[in-house]
Amino acid sequence: MTDPTTGAAPSGAAPVAPLAIATDGLTKRFRSGQVAVAGIDLRVPRGAVYGFIGPNGSGKTTTIRMLLGLVRPTSGRAFLLGGEMPGAGADVLPRVGALVEGPAFHPYLTGSANLARLDASDATADPRTARQRADEALDRVGLGAAAGKPYRQYSLGMKQRLGLAAALLRPRELLVLDEPTNGLDPQGTREVRNLVRELAENGTTVLVSSHLLAEIEQVCSHIGIMSGGHLLLQGDRAELTAQGLPRLSVLTSADHVGAATEVLTGLGLTDVQTEGATVSALLGAVPPEKVSAALVHAGVDLLGLEVRRPNLEQIFVELTGEGFDVAR
Amino acid sequence: MSLVETAPPTVRPLRGSLLRLVRSELRLVLGRRRNLVLLLGLALVPLLLGTVLFLSQDTALDGQGPGFVGRVTGNGLFLVVASLFLCLPFLLPLTIGIASGDAVAGEAAAGTLRYLLTVPVARGRLLAVKAVGALTFAAAAVAAIAVVGIVAGAAFFGLRGITLLSGTTVSLGDGILRIAAVVVYVGLSMTGLVAVGLFFSTLTEVPVGAMAATVVTAIVCGVLDQLPQLATIAPALLTHHWLDFAEFLRLEPDWGVLGQGLALQAAWVAIFGALAWSRFTTADVSS
Repeated sequence: MTDPTTGAAPSGAAPVAPLAIATDGLTKRFRSGQVAVAGIDLRVPRGAVYGFIGPNGSGKTTTIRMLLGLVRPTSGRAFLLGGEMPGAGADVLPRVGALVEGPAFHPYLTGSANLARLDASDATADPRTARQRADEALDRVGLGAAAGKPYRQYSLGMKQRLGLAAALLRPRELLVLDEPTNGLDPQGTREVRNLVRELAENGTTVLVSSHLLAEIEQVCSHIGIMSGGHLLLQGDRAELTAQGLPRLSVLTSADHVGAATEVLTGLGLTDVQTEGATVSALLGAVPPEKVSAALVHAGVDLLGLEVRRPNLEQIFVELTGEGFDVAR
Repeated sequence: MSLVETAPPTVRPLRGSLLRLVRSELRLVLGRRRNLVLLLGLALVPLLLGTVLFLSQDTALDGQGPGFVGRVTGNGLFLVVASLFLCLPFLLPLTIGIASGDAVAGEAAAGTLRYLLTVPVARGRLLAVKAVGALTFAAAAVAAIAVVGIVAGAAFFGLRGITLLSGTTVSLGDGILRIAAVVVYVGLSMTGLVAVGLFFSTLTEVPVGAMAATVVTAIVCGVLDQLPQLATIAPALLTHHWLDFAEFLRLEPDWGVLGQGLALQAAWVAIFGALAWSRFTTADVSS
């Protein structure tokens, strides 16, 4: 077991950067007996963009609620910016911006009045700069023009943006964004990704959850995959994807499929599969250039050759044996 | 690195931050259209009552009616007392039940509660501010009846010295003071109901449920108070001393009775305030 506040390995290995979020056997069992979160050990390093991925109902939101002190863990501990939640909430939460399970505001107040309400609730926010900070946050998410409209007239995408603006009312060390791209069109999704990237470049740690891996995978430095209340996998994104076995595919003409298969098998490639005019196999230790040379040498039409590592979604499917968007 | 080294620095609230939150809460409560309509409705009671009594004062019905209604045409000051008397059994508990039952449950239903708590606002502080908001609304409700009552009373019937229940007449200044005392007593009589509403409000994320439970509590107390078989528990019922405001219209008010009325409210506030606090500071917020 590692030290939850530093992430240092028990063996006394080189010290790792301090963690923005750490949990230790974090568990939530609801009164109904349902175990929403089953003993997870999250490790979110400072400065990381941590993609918290899992199907709907996999326990992501309950975990986030425990991290923010809204829900008490049944057992286990949760540390946020070094403070143990929920006790340290007053000290650490001012430095945390959060979007939890969709935006929620007073429908009959305007966007800026809603932000003013949240800022007025913050005992550590300077009232003299409240107006300016709210305007800046609204501009940052592209809501400046709609600041004076009542919240109930906002579209789903605008509501989501106002939620992001609330999270950005003050400079934050950590942002916890639960499904921030929900309800956004592709353009809005791209803007959120850019916003996350920009914040991360300025040193903000971001935990961003989604049930759509593809939407956020590109911006993440770290990935954690939840399923059925368990954290199946977490770590550096590049390291995780490197674990997948590379597969080589050859596109040839229809009557050369048999010859291509023979060449690949002859080179010692395994799991040879044919699909139309495409022949693929696990590459193993064979260099791809050797394969292309052998194919040309054997007189096989080489119309295309591609080496692919499986993406995270395929790794996930391998891990769980099920599609990604399966709600449980 | 140890836990202590990475532990976050303690953050102190800025001076005046509580006041800032209270102001925000009051703007929210008193700026909400539904609440303003409720206050307007209460303000209409003395206006309508005054109009009806004014129009019928030269008929055989003049001077008739329950409680203090019959005395209004003789002295506009009694329009305040008569209106409060008519509103106490139902209209006041209804409006105050709506506002206090909505206090926490309304935020939970809208989802704004989770954002307030992650700002963060300490739960105890938030509950206290919600209590201030609900109490202010209760005060505004009683004040709406009183202010419109005295203005309409003066316009329709004129204000003059009060003839007390014992038959003695006191000066106009003394009379106004006594009416003011009645209004303050009625306002303080609502504090127990506000605490009950606040407690129900922490139990649910369905505001209508909390509102209904609060209003039902007041009504059930009023009904039980009528049953002679339950006379032993009657002094503990929320509504038992509500109508004792009439003491101020005696030459020598019975301070013992009035004190009991206030002590009863204090007890309900203490019990339901403590229940609300223990519930709200420990509950999982999953709305």
